[in-house]
Amino acid sequence: MLHIVNKSHRQTSSLASCLRLAQDGHALLLIEDGVYAATQAGAASAGLAEALKRLKVYALRPDLEARGVAAALAEGVTAVDYTGFVDLVAEHTNNQTWL
Amino acid sequence: MKKFMFVNRKAPYGTIYALESLEVVLIAATFDQDVSLVFVDDGVYELTKGQDTKGIGIKNHSKTYRALDGYDVEKLYVERESMEARGLGEDDLIVDVEVLSSTEMAALMAEQDVVLSF
Repeated sequence: MLHIVNKSHRQTSSLASCLRLAQDGHALLLIEDGVYAATQAGAASAGLAEALKRLKVYALRPDLEARGVAAALAEGVTAVDYTGFVDLVAEHTNNQTWL
Repeated sequence: MKKFMFVNRKAPYGTIYALESLEVVLIAATFDQDVSLVFVDDGVYELTKGQDTKGIGIKNHSKTYRALDGYDVEKLYVERESMEARGLGEDDLIVDVEVLSSTEMAALMAEQDVVLSF
């Protein structure tokens, strides 16, 4: 399953709920304000550092660039463009967006 | 003249709040009011340098903060706790701000006539 989170981990509990309910080996794509969790400073507070050990984590590059945080991407997170977003959706049998 | 404070607590592009706040700030400044802008929680992200919105098709409004002093809006405050929690320092911000502790911020908020929250 591909999990998609578009909210800041400091503003809502979407990411926390996603991480609690995602199974090992699942993929997580962070988009829009969700990308702040993929920054070096964000990863620790968001619990993402732990999640990287069991999930494949991606962040949408245009959203990182828009927010000026592309250079601060946390180690282990893969930046993808819109084509990569489509590929991820196509590769996984199902997906869940955590609003 | 009344003391107006605009409290910004949202990241810049995921919602419309940051842009709407800027619009109202400019209106208030036009009416010669005493305007303060405050950035706490994710609102601090509104001021990060290096924003490039070409890829998401939304106007980059972060440059507008640099134009505010042209409207005599010169009081910009950032809460230190919010900034540091996000791994940011004053050098990462697009404009000069005054960094306040939570206690100082609380006092500043308490002395306003009007507080508008975004």
